Amino acid sequence: MVPSHTDIAGFYDRLQQQVIAARASKSPLFIQGANSKQFYGGECEGDIVDMRPCRGIIHYDPTELVITAYAGTTIEEVERTLAEQGQMLPFEPPRFSKETTLGGAVAAGLSGPRRPYTGSVRDFVLGMKCLTGQGEILKFGGEVMKNVAGYDVSRLMTGAMGTLGILLEISLKVLPRPEYELALCKDLPLADSIRYMNTWGGKLLCISGATCDAVEVHLRLSGKQVAVEKALEGLEMHEDPAGLDYWRRLRDHQLGFFSLAAGESLWRISVPANRPMLAINGEWLIDWGGAQRWLKTTESASQIRALAQSLTGHATLFRSTGDRNETFHPLPGVIKRLHLQLKDAFDPDHILNRGRMYPDF
Amino acid sequence: MSSIIHEFLKFLPQEAVITGEESLRVYECDALSAYRELPACVVLPETVEQIQEILRICHQAGVPVVARGAGTGLSGGALPVADGVVLSLAKLNRILEIDPDLRLARVQPGVRNLSVSDAAAAYGLFYAPDPSSQVACTIGGNIAENSGGVHCLKYGLTVHNVMGLKVITIAGELIQIGGEALDSAGYDLLALMTGSEGMLGVVVEATLKLLPRPVHQQMLLAAFASVEEAGNGVADIIAAGVIPAGLEMMDNPGVRAVEAYVHAGYPTDAAAILLCELDGVPEEVAVESKQVIEILKNAGATEVRLARNKQEGERFWAGRKAAFPAVGRIAADYYCMDGTIPRKHIARVLQRITELSEEYELGVVNVFHAGDGNLHPLILYDVAIPGELERAEEFGGRILETCVEVGGTITGEHGVGIEKINQMCVQFKTEELTQFHAVKEAFDPQGLLNPGKAVPTLRRCAEYGAMHVHGGKLPFPDLERF
Repeated sequence: MVPSHTDIAGFYDRLQQQVIAARASKSPLFIQGANSKQFYGGECEGDIVDMRPCRGIIHYDPTELVITAYAGTTIEEVERTLAEQGQMLPFEPPRFSKETTLGGAVAAGLSGPRRPYTGSVRDFVLGMKCLTGQGEILKFGGEVMKNVAGYDVSRLMTGAMGTLGILLEISLKVLPRPEYELALCKDLPLADSIRYMNTWGGKLLCISGATCDAVEVHLRLSGKQVAVEKALEGLEMHEDPAGLDYWRRLRDHQLGFFSLAAGESLWRISVPANRPMLAINGEWLIDWGGAQRWLKTTESASQIRALAQSLTGHATLFRSTGDRNETFHPLPGVIKRLHLQLKDAFDPDHILNRGRMYPDF
Repeated sequence: MSSIIHEFLKFLPQEAVITGEESLRVYECDALSAYRELPACVVLPETVEQIQEILRICHQAGVPVVARGAGTGLSGGALPVADGVVLSLAKLNRILEIDPDLRLARVQPGVRNLSVSDAAAAYGLFYAPDPSSQVACTIGGNIAENSGGVHCLKYGLTVHNVMGLKVITIAGELIQIGGEALDSAGYDLLALMTGSEGMLGVVVEATLKLLPRPVHQQMLLAAFASVEEAGNGVADIIAAGVIPAGLEMMDNPGVRAVEAYVHAGYPTDAAAILLCELDGVPEEVAVESKQVIEILKNAGATEVRLARNKQEGERFWAGRKAAFPAVGRIAADYYCMDGTIPRKHIARVLQRITELSEEYELGVVNVFHAGDGNLHPLILYDVAIPGELERAEEFGGRILETCVEVGGTITGEHGVGIEKINQMCVQFKTEELTQFHAVKEAFDPQGLLNPGKAVPTLRRCAEYGAMHVHGGKLPFPDLERF
């Protein structure tokens, strides 16, 4: 159910007053949708800003390939609405609960298995309305696909973990669902799988997922049925008995791999796709054709970060039972200074999600 | 100024520091030649270290710097600042690496757009963004403007195809943003930097994404008796789940101008034509072609032609690609606009443009990246006739304001530069412009990088608004703008 214009105006008004008051007292605010990613990022303190009343689809015109919704709308509702018209969110945001919100998905900036082939969350963000730490409601970008007026603030907000503004309304580009999809797999050692995924990634246009674990490599093909069947010819893979459900469980972190034993941490290591295996003890699940590597381990953060960095990548402490204050890879000097200056430009009193991304802000 | 030129000459050869008026003339404008300004000097460095040093010197002396690629921009983004320095990246023109395995190209900013695809072709790869100026325009300029092209609907804009940048800040610091991995820690500075019109830093190297070249392409041409039906045809293609590689529309004046120029075989009696390019594996393209022909016929196309071979397909495209020069033949001068609108409003906006054309007594030709709603009205005028340039500019401004009115934007791919700076006041409110200035300040507190472009001062907006309201012409002042 879409809230009325008056409800939303009232909600925005109260939110704005809350930000202005927090600013005056310099007390932090903790922005929440469904809080389904409570494990992700640094510990946050402060008064909770519950975005769930700000919920519903504002505009959706399938022939424009654009949807605009309030930030508190569940991903489930957005995807259901799109599916009714044969369309989808191409970046496949993980759904850590059924209540996961659009605002949370965009703020966290996490993309699913289709990311290397169709693009990330920010690639599909066209515009947004947000409330800055200065208490102003601002609008950037728009509802059209090509728009270069002004700095690209809406993409800057994507993945900023709510530290630059409270997302209120978001416009996204969407795509038609593929006519046909097929899940494939075959037995292959991990190191060979990385090469296999990279080789085929450069040859086939219809790959929409490539992942592997210690024993198997998995591919997902999407497109016109004739194109998928054609692609199948050279691959020498068999149909995955788990079918497309494997990809859903991968996307939503429901595969057995994602459950942690006591003392283990789950790392997300982002490296150029063709880099060899990293010499770290633990269990691996390699997604994005080799570019996103999940690692379950008890090894130290410093060792993991040093190795990721040596391969020109970075490492995120995605889920941990221990200290979460250094979730994200530390930033080098000048970049760090630019981050602080940007933070100051949007939220000068550092009240929004303080500590969620980096301890200093 | 003479002291900083002296400083430059300590590490740059004489011929890399241009100061003579005659030589400076070459740099006084970009492709928006209505605006001209002579800089104090132009520097042509060859290395990253030299650029760092140039920026350090300008930073210290408080001298404005305008970075420049090939100068093909249409919005005056590379217009020099009087008494400022133009930093030409033309000599940094090397493709450093093509990595077929990761499907990346690492290039310097002065590399021409088309030469990236040329270099990648040997590996069966290509660089997707293809602005119409791709033979001449440079990657650095493409990044500054977030350039598009005719294949954006399927393959995205520059922002979707850049993986990493090396940037020098105004203080001369070299930073790496993004890289060969699919993301990096922290804020998305890569997105922020793309399309920032040289206001936040100077790009000195870019890592670009390359895509596997589709093995097969098929062109279609459809004629319509009304613009509205052509617009519906576009919507129906999308609704059927087909994303063409290219989807272009041209109105009747455009068709006639093109036909007279290149004889592409366009039906000159059509109110509008659509060009549709499908790509992929041959089997897939065959299925989609059949589907699209059916859709276009149902949408009321009076004629649908399927290119019988590569040559005919190229001829279909040749007409579209020659649209600007073709218009150049029928008018002394033309002024190219760049608004984007939600596609469903195409008929309404074109109707409004026709009305404005009558009001300003200037002809107009419309070419349109129909797939993504990016409109390029070409206003015909003659600079030799007193008052026509001013009328053309005002007409153009009104078109852009119409785009904003229907929920669109003043620029889809050409950038704001100096040209559309007044219309920024229409698209954004004071607080939003203030936020843009704050972003700028986070990178360049003294405002030395390309000052006066892209984001208007509040004072300028006040003056523009006052002028407009006074003339009674500001449309829809109370409208909430998306």
